[in-house]
Amino acid sequence: MRFNLNLKECEVTSRALWASRRDFLRQTMTAGLGGWIAAPLAAKAGSLGAKPNPAFRVSDPTTPLEKVTTYNNFYEFGTSKEDPAQQATDFKVRPWKVVVEGEVNKPQTFDLDDILKLAPLEERIYRLRCVEAWSMVIPWIGFPLKELLNRVDPRGNAKFVELISLMDPDQMPGQKNAVLDWPYREGLRLDEAMHPLTLLTVGLYGDVLPNQNGAPVRIVIPWKYGFKSVKSIVRIRLTETMPVTSWMKAGPSEYGFYANVNPAVDHPRWSQAKERRIGDFLKRPTLPFNGYADQVASLYSGMDLTKNF
Amino acid sequence: MTQRFGHGMEPNIPSARQRQQPKANRAIVGFKILIFVLALVPMTRLLMNGYLDALGANPVEKILHNTGFWTLSFLMITLWVTPLRSVTGWTFIGRFRRMLGLFAFFYVVLHFLSYLVLDQFFDWPNILKDISKRPYITVGFSAFLILIPLAVTSTDGMMRRLGGKRWRGLHRWVYLAGFAGVVHFWWLVKKDITEPSLFAIAFSVAMIVRVLMKLRKRPSPSLIIPH
Repeated sequence: MRFNLNLKECEVTSRALWASRRDFLRQTMTAGLGGWIAAPLAAKAGSLGAKPNPAFRVSDPTTPLEKVTTYNNFYEFGTSKEDPAQQATDFKVRPWKVVVEGEVNKPQTFDLDDILKLAPLEERIYRLRCVEAWSMVIPWIGFPLKELLNRVDPRGNAKFVELISLMDPDQMPGQKNAVLDWPYREGLRLDEAMHPLTLLTVGLYGDVLPNQNGAPVRIVIPWKYGFKSVKSIVRIRLTETMPVTSWMKAGPSEYGFYANVNPAVDHPRWSQAKERRIGDFLKRPTLPFNGYADQVASLYSGMDLTKNF
Repeated sequence: MTQRFGHGMEPNIPSARQRQQPKANRAIVGFKILIFVLALVPMTRLLMNGYLDALGANPVEKILHNTGFWTLSFLMITLWVTPLRSVTGWTFIGRFRRMLGLFAFFYVVLHFLSYLVLDQFFDWPNILKDISKRPYITVGFSAFLILIPLAVTSTDGMMRRLGGKRWRGLHRWVYLAGFAGVVHFWWLVKKDITEPSLFAIAFSVAMIVRVLMKLRKRPSPSLIIPH
């Protein structure tokens, strides 16, 4: 048998193409079954057809896609920043269902395609500020969570919204490590969940969410620390009592329920006054509510934000 | 001269040693060169990756972590020399201890410079605040301060000037520096303490073996000034 050792680097299959080989096989195999199966798969390769919403666009320059997709905190796939991009390549995002239950009059289960059609998809450019004091600016695609919540008709006693991520240690090897209490849980007050800024997110940079960014559906709450923007959501539960989130459990003195970005309230171990915008050399001052104060500060009037961190 | 250094301690007179064991000495020098070159690899890789923009999305964080990691690693390696030497009986490895310790100092200087220049960019008010208000930086900076006199007094000349007893007393502070370094790392990680615990174990073992050695009260080679 002869080996050709003269392969050139330009002949190497691009990683993106190699990673999507299974999609390609799936697509070609199901082509015969008609467009209604092929269409959602084809959507993975193309644009989501989202319309930019100028009311929700910060003027900061956006963070390059390469950095957005290779620097992630997604402990389900490992605790280092490079782990999720490397470990989540085979993560299955279809079939995907989001169960909405709890204090609602119309509990229901949404298929991913139901969610994609629930409301017009918008492109919004948001700042995202991690509690570790770094930040990015990302063009997300989604629609306000309140569109989905209105569909299920929350009852009068619904005061909080709990958001729960997937539990699947086989697909998410990081869950074999008890670094956090799995599955990942987050929560919002109902008024925070109903706020127009709170985005039920299905894509970024024009395309569906990469696995490491929380595919296929996540939440983005731009005025709070990034750990509140839970990824790969499978369950939304409306409750009467405040949910205990995964990070509250992991470090009650360090991670609170509200987790509003606040330069005046330091993390017990490090300062929150400044942040490093990924791509910048110098640090920049952190803005109250991550620069969204005029839109959300009123939600917290009268609250002691040092106590309710 | 033997009286100044106390029982069992001999000053390093290279020419005498070279006369006695030429072949062994050449091997030692060879090893020292090898260790020197290997010890520079982490910094070289960092510079290379920096030049190739291969330090990831947050290069400053990567540099800080990397230089800190190698500071702790060289500190641990240095702390393991004496226990290993006693356990194996290979007295020659003591000859590498100074170089290994100085590389720990080399990387702590790089680590501190990265913090000063890359992370803070000479923001002195903020640096002072960090050192006084952030416990993990307080202990980290303290560990750095301890290593400075140890590096300065690492030369043969300094050993002679201080004398064996005072030199040893001063250099015992390396234990505190090692401990402070581990605590610094433990206190700065968000949640995953895997790496800090490995260093904590390495440090604890090095200390426990020393305690056991002392309890056995054997005439131990550690009384000889290492080179």
